[in-house]
Amino acid sequence: MTAFWRAVWIIARKDLAIEARSRELINTTVFFALSCVVVFSVSFVGEGGDGRAMGEAAAGILWIAIAFSGTLALGRTFERERYGDTLRALLLAPGARPAVYVGKLLGVVMLLLATEVIIVPLVAFLFQARLFDHALLLVSLLVFGTVGFACVGTLFAAMLGRARSRDVLLPILLYPVTIPVMIAGVRGTAALLAAEPQLEMARVWTMLLLSFDVVFVTLSLWTFESVMTE
Amino acid sequence: MRKAFVPLLALAGLIFMTAPILIMRARYESTMGLVQKIFYFHMPPAMLMLLSAIFCGLISMLYLIKKRPVYDWIAFAAAELTVLYGAMAMVTGPLWARKAWGVWWVWDARLTMSLLLWMVFVSYLLLRRYGGPGSETLAAGLALFGMATSPFVYLSVNIWRTLHPLTSVVPTLPVDFAFALWYAFLGFLLLYIALMTMRVRIEEQRALVDQLYLESEE
Repeated sequence: MTAFWRAVWIIARKDLAIEARSRELINTTVFFALSCVVVFSVSFVGEGGDGRAMGEAAAGILWIAIAFSGTLALGRTFERERYGDTLRALLLAPGARPAVYVGKLLGVVMLLLATEVIIVPLVAFLFQARLFDHALLLVSLLVFGTVGFACVGTLFAAMLGRARSRDVLLPILLYPVTIPVMIAGVRGTAALLAAEPQLEMARVWTMLLLSFDVVFVTLSLWTFESVMTE
Repeated sequence: MRKAFVPLLALAGLIFMTAPILIMRARYESTMGLVQKIFYFHMPPAMLMLLSAIFCGLISMLYLIKKRPVYDWIAFAAAELTVLYGAMAMVTGPLWARKAWGVWWVWDARLTMSLLLWMVFVSYLLLRRYGGPGSETLAAGLALFGMATSPFVYLSVNIWRTLHPLTSVVPTLPVDFAFALWYAFLGFLLLYIALMTMRVRIEEQRALVDQLYLESEE
């Protein structure tokens, strides 16, 4: 088991080291998320409005920004491996195959959480959304939601590594499958943003996200092996 | 299975020809009147879509374990039929909803769930069509995830919003309703099996042609 986690850590550290040098993904992802927020604000904030009292829309904008920029980051992580022709080397490396998956997942989740650290205060700032009144619940919604989205996303991005038209196919395959994450994330955040925060509702959504994570991480670990074997 | 194709298709055809008589004879539903008759052609495809999606997911799982091409052909056929039956349900549904609820579409739990499930299988077909070589395995993974995600979609949309008549009304239907309904269901089921047989056979032949082609090249 320790060998497994060591392999996981080496892979995640490798990705983070590359990222720390180039900062390519974090820069592009954060900027892309910002663009999403601005585009949505154009369609939801009316003339002369200051974005207040749009609680539900703010929750939606936040999660759409996360999902869209997450897709971008997922595509790039594996594009990098493909570019250097290193995915095969990674898969041939001694150690359990699923460790490659978990390592990649860890890298993606860390990257997305870093993006969220910037994007969540930004949404709170731009839309006067009281996102931090129940910080703990919000953080658990974000963490579980990100893991749920990323665990399916990492597997699909890895699978599509060799496919044709992979850039188009990733969001097409990913969004319908991860829609429960979006629903739970958006509704949970909206429950927190309501005039009278519905904490009980937010907790229900958090639990749903957690169970989604458990099922899909398990399933991905099982599928990764057979899908990545040529 | 191949020999059963013609009789299956003939039987399905016979049922589809006679079903309108039963549907016409079935009692008028008191509040919705004539428009309720669309039910006999709405519920069976909708239900078969769901069953077909589960079937596709299970067969795909088997394919991932055993890697035998025949499972891939069956899963491919099941995915196509899921999309086809889903399309039937999506056409008959709004026609009925327009009359019964006054709108073409509502974001009710069951409708949202069906639409999303249908979308998963449309994306499956897109993957098979544009994914290039090796997309069989990827598609199998997708079908498995599509199946696994449906209970979560069901739960989440149920917590989120709940107008569609419950499934639990079906066993309590008056006898002539129920008979016409299950008769139509049988017709759709036989059609499903017939199409499945044909589709698997096409894939089988295609694989054979590919193999012969490779052999003649050598």
